[in-house]
Amino acid sequence: MGGFLLRRLITFVPTFIGVSIVSFFFIRLLPGDPIILMAGERGMSDERYAQLAAQFGYDQPLVMQYWDYVTGILHGDLGTSFRTKRPVWDEFFALFPATVELSLCAMVFAVLIGLPAGIVAAVHRGKWPDQALMSSALVGYSMPIFWWALLLIILFSGILGWTPVSGRISLLYYFPDATGFMLIDSLRSGQSGAFASAVQHLILPTIVLGTIPLAVIARQTRSAMLEVLGEDYVRTARAKGLSPARVNGLHALRNAMIPVVTVIGLSVGTLLAGAILTETIFSWPGIGKWMVESINGRDYTSVQGGLLMIALIVMLVNLAVDVTYGLINPKVRKG
Amino acid sequence: MTLLDVKGLSVDFRTANGRFRAVDRVDVSVERGDVLAIVGESGSGKSVSMLALMGLLPWTADITSEHMRFDGTDLARADARTRRRLIGRDVAMIFQEPMSSLNPCFTVGFQIREALKAHLELSRKARQARAIELLELVGLPEPERRLRAYPHQLSGGMSQRVMIAMAIACQPKLLIADEPTTALDVTIQAQILELLLDLQKETGMALVLITHDMGVVAETARRVSVQYAGQKVEEQGVHALFDEPRHPYTAALLAALPERATTRRLPSIPGVVPGQFDRPTGCLFSPRCTFADERCRRVAPDVAAASLGVARCHYPLVNGVAQKAAS
Amino acid sequence: MSASEPVTANVASDAPGRPGRFREFWRYFRENRGAVAGLVVFALFIVVAILADVIAPHSPTQQFRSALLQPPFWQEGGTTDFLLGTDPLGRDMLSRLIHGTRYSFFIGVIVVFIAATSGILLGLIAGFARGWVDTLIMRLMDILLAFPSLLLALVMVAILGPSLTNAMIAIAIVLQPHYVRLTRAAVLGERAKDYVTSARVVGASRLRLMFVTVLPNCLAPLIVQAALSFSTAILDAAALGFLGLGAQPPTPEWGTMLADSREFVLRAWWVVTLPGIAILVNVLAINLMGDGLRDALDPKLKRS
Repeated sequence: MGGFLLRRLITFVPTFIGVSIVSFFFIRLLPGDPIILMAGERGMSDERYAQLAAQFGYDQPLVMQYWDYVTGILHGDLGTSFRTKRPVWDEFFALFPATVELSLCAMVFAVLIGLPAGIVAAVHRGKWPDQALMSSALVGYSMPIFWWALLLIILFSGILGWTPVSGRISLLYYFPDATGFMLIDSLRSGQSGAFASAVQHLILPTIVLGTIPLAVIARQTRSAMLEVLGEDYVRTARAKGLSPARVNGLHALRNAMIPVVTVIGLSVGTLLAGAILTETIFSWPGIGKWMVESINGRDYTSVQGGLLMIALIVMLVNLAVDVTYGLINPKVRKG
Repeated sequence: MTLLDVKGLSVDFRTANGRFRAVDRVDVSVERGDVLAIVGESGSGKSVSMLALMGLLPWTADITSEHMRFDGTDLARADARTRRRLIGRDVAMIFQEPMSSLNPCFTVGFQIREALKAHLELSRKARQARAIELLELVGLPEPERRLRAYPHQLSGGMSQRVMIAMAIACQPKLLIADEPTTALDVTIQAQILELLLDLQKETGMALVLITHDMGVVAETARRVSVQYAGQKVEEQGVHALFDEPRHPYTAALLAALPERATTRRLPSIPGVVPGQFDRPTGCLFSPRCTFADERCRRVAPDVAAASLGVARCHYPLVNGVAQKAAS
Repeated sequence: MSASEPVTANVASDAPGRPGRFREFWRYFRENRGAVAGLVVFALFIVVAILADVIAPHSPTQQFRSALLQPPFWQEGGTTDFLLGTDPLGRDMLSRLIHGTRYSFFIGVIVVFIAATSGILLGLIAGFARGWVDTLIMRLMDILLAFPSLLLALVMVAILGPSLTNAMIAIAIVLQPHYVRLTRAAVLGERAKDYVTSARVVGASRLRLMFVTVLPNCLAPLIVQAALSFSTAILDAAALGFLGLGAQPPTPEWGTMLADSREFVLRAWWVVTLPGIAILVNVLAINLMGDGLRDALDPKLKRS
C-alpha cells in the first residue's frame, strides 16, 4: 500500500509541473502583445510600457519568469484580476464554495438514484425494468445539458412556478457569508424561510448538473454488476443457499463497487465542465460562470489562475480516488 | 428412499445461434452414502446437469425434467424458498476453480460463518468454534489464522480445502464435487481426493464426483455414469464398468488409458465431440465409433437393459465386441 | 477396437454451418432493436444533410422582417410558409434545422478523424516504444486529462479565436487522450500474446508489427470509442456555440441557435425547444448505434 501511494505521488509532481507550464504559457500564446493584454490599457507611452514590463517581469529570461510564477503559486499569488482589480486567489476562493455546494448536491443526487437504478437493471437483465432504466440513462447523457436546463426552467419555473430561475437564495434574505455554503449559512442565520429558499434555488441546478453523472453511474453500475454476477464466487454464494438479496446486495455489489467508486471519483472533471454551463444558465455565482465571464471579458489573469486551480483540484481529487481504490481493493491493500 | 432421483433432465441454452441442447434426457440416481462418478469429455454436459439441480445455471438456460427429487422434495417444482433451505445445507457443491470461487472482498472466516449462519441456529461463538473445527477437519494447520486471511492469500490447494470446509459446514447428505482437482497440482490432487473420500467415510454422506479422469474414477467411485454430448450412454458399478464396458465410447475411453496400452501407440478416439452446429442424426457417437453401421447413423438408439449397463447403443458390447447378430 | 482404421465423420446434411465473422457481428447488432433504430435515424440525418439545399423550403440565413418570431404552423399565428416558425430575426426554423444537420455531421467526422488518427498513432508509439517515450507520451496525456474537457476547449478557443474550425480543433485535442490510452492499453495487452511473438520471430519490421499485426486486433474498443466521440463532439460543439465561442451567427449550427434563446423561453418556446430536440435525436441515434456496436463486438457480453 505504501509503495502504491508513493508511486502515485511521484506521477503527481511532473503532471503538476506540466499543468503549470500549460497555464503559464497560456497568456503568452494569446494573439497580441502580452504586456498590453495584461495591463488592459490601450495606447500607452514607451515608458509606461517599460515600467509594466519590469513589473510583470517580462524583461527577465523565460525560465526566471516561470520560476517566479511557480513560487507565486505556492504563496497563493496568482496575479490580479483586470476586471475587479482584486487578487485572483481571493476571487477564486470567494466563488469556489458555491460550485462545491452545487457539485456535491449533484453528486449525491446522481449516486442516490443512479446506483440503485444500475443494480436493479443488472439483476433484472433483459426484462422491462432494465430496458426502461437504461433507455432513460441513455437519453440522459444524450441531451445537451444547457437545453435540459432551459426545458426544466420552462416547466418548473415558467409554467408551474415552483422554482426560481436564478441565484442561490431569494434577495429577501441577507446574512453574512460564514462558510460559503448557502445550505449551512441559511440554517445558522435563523431567519425563517431562508433554508427553504436556499433549497428551492438548488433543486433545478442540481438536477441539471447531476443528470449526466447519474446516467453514467447507472450504466457503469449495471455493467460492473453484470460482470460480477457472472463470477465464480457469486455462484458459490448462491450454492450456499443465500437469499438473492444477500447474494446481489452484498457479495456482488461489494466487488462491483470497486470500479463504480473509481468512476464516481473521476466524474469530478465532468462535474466541473458541466458546472460551466449550469452556472451560466442559472446565474449561479460559482467558478464556472466566473471562467466564462473572464474569457468573454478578456480578463486573462483570471483565466490563467482559474485554469491552474481547477486543474489542480481535479488532480487532487483523482489522487484521492486512487488512494480510496487502494483501500477498498483488498488485493492492493494487503499486497 | 433414494436420496437423489433425477429423471429425464434436459437443459437447453438460448444462444444467438439458436437453441443448444447441453443435457438430453439424463437420469441420475444416488443412494445414501453412495459414491457416484460422472465421467465424460468437455462438452458432455456432466457439470451442467448438476448445476441445473443446484439452480446455478445462468438466465439463458431452460431446464425441463420429469422430476428432480432430492430427499423427497422435487426441486424442479419447489418454490425458491424451499430450494434455498436445502441448497447449501443438505446438498452442497464444490467447483473446479477454487481460487476464483471465493469472494475476494471477505475473509475466509466470514464466508464460512456465513454458510453456518444461513442454515443453522448457532451463536456467534459457536459459529466461530465450528469454523475452526471445519478447517481442522479439512487438514488446514493454524485454523484461527487462516480464518482471518483473504482468499488471494491462499494457494490453490488451500482454497479448495476451504471450499470443502464451507460445503460440509452444515453436514450435507450429498456433496457434489465438480472436477475438484483439475485445476490443482498433481501432488495436491491426490491429497484432495483422499480428503473427500475420508470425509465421505466418516460422515456417511453421498458423494457425486464429476471428472474426465478415468484413473480417478477407478480409485474413488462405487458406481460410474458415462456421459457423451449431453446424453447418458452407460451406467454400471465401477468394477463391472472396467471389466466389461458396454458402450463403445466407454470402451474407447478405457482403451486410451496409458495403463491399459497394449500397442506402442496409444489409441485415441478420432474426431471431436459434436458441438452446436454438427449434431449427427442417429446415434451421437456414430461418427467416431468403430462399430457404427447404417442403422447407427440413421436411427437414434434406445437405452439397453440394466444387465447391459443401460447402454445407449444398438449393439452393446459383450467381451468388447458389438453384438450384430440378426435379431 | 482397431485404432488404425480411419473413421469418416457423418454430419447431418441439414445442420446449420458456423456463420462467418461479419455475419455474426451483424446478427448481434441486428438483434438490438435500439441500435438498428439508431442506424436508421442516423442514415436519415445523413440523407437530409446531403440533400439540405434541395429539401429546405427557404435559405437558412434569409431574414423575413415581416415574420419575426412566428410560431409553428399548428399554433395560432403560424403559417405553412414557415412550418416550424421563425426565430427572432425572422429566419425560417425548419430550414435552419435542416442545414444544421450538415454542420453536426461535419463536426463529428472531422473531430473523430483528427482525434482518432493522432490518438491511435501516439498510442501505438507509446505501446511499442516503451521506456521514456512511453512515459513522456502518457505524462502529456495526463496533463491534458487534468483539465476538464469543456474548460480546455473554451480556453483554446479563447486563444485561437471563436469560430467553428477552432472549436473543432480544440475538441479534437481534448478527446485525443482517450484514443491514446485505449490504443496503448490494447497494444500492451496484445504484445504479450503468442501471435505477435511469432510475427517478430519471423522477422516482421516494427512498422509492420504495429499496423498490420497488432492494430487490427485492437479495433473493437476503438470503434466503440469513435462512436462515443462522435456524439461528444456534437454536444461539445453545441455547448461552445451556446456560449458564443463556437460557430458564429448566422451559421445554423444547433448550439449557436440556442445561444441567445434564453430570453425567449416563455415567449417563443419553439426557438428554444426545436434545436435542442434536433441535437438530442441526433446524439441519441449515435449513442444507440455505439451501444449496439459495443455489445456486438464485445465477446464477454455475448449470450453463448
